[in-house]
Amino acid sequence: MRLKLLLGGMAVCAALFAANARAVLTIKITQGAEGAQPIAVVPFGWSGGGTGAPENMGAIVAADLARTGQFKPIATADLPARPDRPEAVNFSDWRLLGTANLLIGSVAPTPGGRFKVRFRLFDVFQASQIIGYTLDAGAGQLRRIAHQVSDIVYEKLTGTRGAFDTRIAYVTELDTASGKRYALRIADSDGYNAHTILESSQPMLSPAWSPKGERLAYVSYEGGQPRIYVQNLASGKRRMVAGFPGLNGAPAWSPDGTRLAMTLSKDGNAEIYVYFFGSGRLQRLTANTSIDTEAAWSPDGESLVFTSNRGGTPQIYRMPSGGGRATRLTFEGNYNARASYAPDGKKLVLVHNDRGAFRIALFDLQTTALTILTQSNLDESPSFAPNGVMILYATTDAAGAALAAVSIDGRVRQRLALQDGKVREPAWSPFNTR
Amino acid sequence: MRFGLKSLLAVLAVSLLVAGCEGTFGSKKEEPKPEAAVVEGSTGTTAATTEGTGTTTGVESGGAFQGNPLDNPASPLANRTIYFDFDSATIKDEYKAVIEAHAKYLATHSSASITLEGNTDERGTREYNAARGERRANAVREMMTLLGASGQQIRTVSYGEERPVAPGHDEAAWRLNRRVDIVYRTR
Repeated sequence: MRLKLLLGGMAVCAALFAANARAVLTIKITQGAEGAQPIAVVPFGWSGGGTGAPENMGAIVAADLARTGQFKPIATADLPARPDRPEAVNFSDWRLLGTANLLIGSVAPTPGGRFKVRFRLFDVFQASQIIGYTLDAGAGQLRRIAHQVSDIVYEKLTGTRGAFDTRIAYVTELDTASGKRYALRIADSDGYNAHTILESSQPMLSPAWSPKGERLAYVSYEGGQPRIYVQNLASGKRRMVAGFPGLNGAPAWSPDGTRLAMTLSKDGNAEIYVYFFGSGRLQRLTANTSIDTEAAWSPDGESLVFTSNRGGTPQIYRMPSGGGRATRLTFEGNYNARASYAPDGKKLVLVHNDRGAFRIALFDLQTTALTILTQSNLDESPSFAPNGVMILYATTDAAGAALAAVSIDGRVRQRLALQDGKVREPAWSPFNTR
Repeated sequence: MRFGLKSLLAVLAVSLLVAGCEGTFGSKKEEPKPEAAVVEGSTGTTAATTEGTGTTTGVESGGAFQGNPLDNPASPLANRTIYFDFDSATIKDEYKAVIEAHAKYLATHSSASITLEGNTDERGTREYNAARGERRANAVREMMTLLGASGQQIRTVSYGEERPVAPGHDEAAWRLNRRVDIVYRTR
């Protein structure tokens, strides 16, 4: 009897594990920056009992830093020592490794299932501490705290704000015995902790984070036609925001969170509208017989860029977000679409047809120079990290439909893939304000 | 007095039946087709459906195809897909006959209704493709209404690049995905 229960339990666990393993988005660096900086990240100490801390904090931080392509953490097996307190650090050990920086830390359980996480970053050659912090973590929050450690260390060493404590939304498609299944998922920026937000036999697209990251707008075909929904991530509650006849698509939040730009064709063809959450008012911004879609807000909320084929082929235009005349921005090539602003407001990332290949490109708003960032052929849906360093996008290549990331200077590349199924439609969350 | 009322009624019934059959087939001098007769009889009682009308059409055309013309594999109505060039919603000449056939069917069958599903290939951006797919569906609808179909009979939806029929990543697949599907909801 016991054996049966045990085997049964194992079977359930195996099934869950298998399902989870298939659902994990694994991230590989496909191109690192030359001259990536060596860094020693020591496994964090653990002062609780049992088999160890619930999370391997050092490993999470090392992986975060490695993923930027700018750092090369020393392999754990090659670490000369495992200090978890400053008194235990012998700088001569570390100088021999040739690493400029050393990160140590410790995790201690505190009452109520909480934890105290301490960490210190050292300059090995100066033999001095650069920074040291103590962070408080709730139960189940250790991964998040590790990403916050990465953010602090990254900003200290590079001068740029880190984007490790962020999330990504994406759509998956799986062929099953009962047909195609689609899911809208949210995971940590390292691919862990994936949660399903929506699951359906009908397609969904265009996930868009609210500015504070607590809601997601998206388009779902579950009613047999495309409709825009806004879902509260904490409660799972959602409401339909646009379900007019025809198209309801391309939702985009204003930076102040009070409005949603969208594409509706209820008045004859695809046009841009702005929906005001407070009053429920719908303001029409474009009025012509061409396709106008894929609106995106400038960081100051004053402008919208969008895709229009009013000039014959899809190009990027800009107009005041309150309405007014649209100005064409792109003139290179016969296809420029799906533009969105970099966080500093100075560039756009977009999809550009480069001699038949659909690639991710950067458009400088000041110089109008267009720089192509990818060499693949079927790229779409670019999304900036909130710190402006990396661009997440969807790609299809010989290995399948996956996500990819490229640094803004093109030197670092990653591939993010599921074991089973296709991934697409990525959206990088804003900085966490929770 | 063996030939009672029952027998008389039976003979009467048989005579009436034979007379009825001759009335249906007599003028055409075709071999009697009992199945067809039964079908005629049954659809006759449910004359509200277009099935009956369709069956009548089949018989009147000399019996080459019996059944709803939508089910005739030799009819242009059997073509339910219109294909398009990249980034285009222009209906090519080779499809005009098919669209005309469906428009005429709709015009002569007021209870028939269709959904036109617009699609694109995978290249480019998804929301622009949703709009492009809608353009294609609308172009087919416009042509059908010009040719006599009522707008009330036609619904449109665009799936953009979300519902490819061909999974490849080359022109052989893309040209099959750039399409409008004509889907009959009612006949």
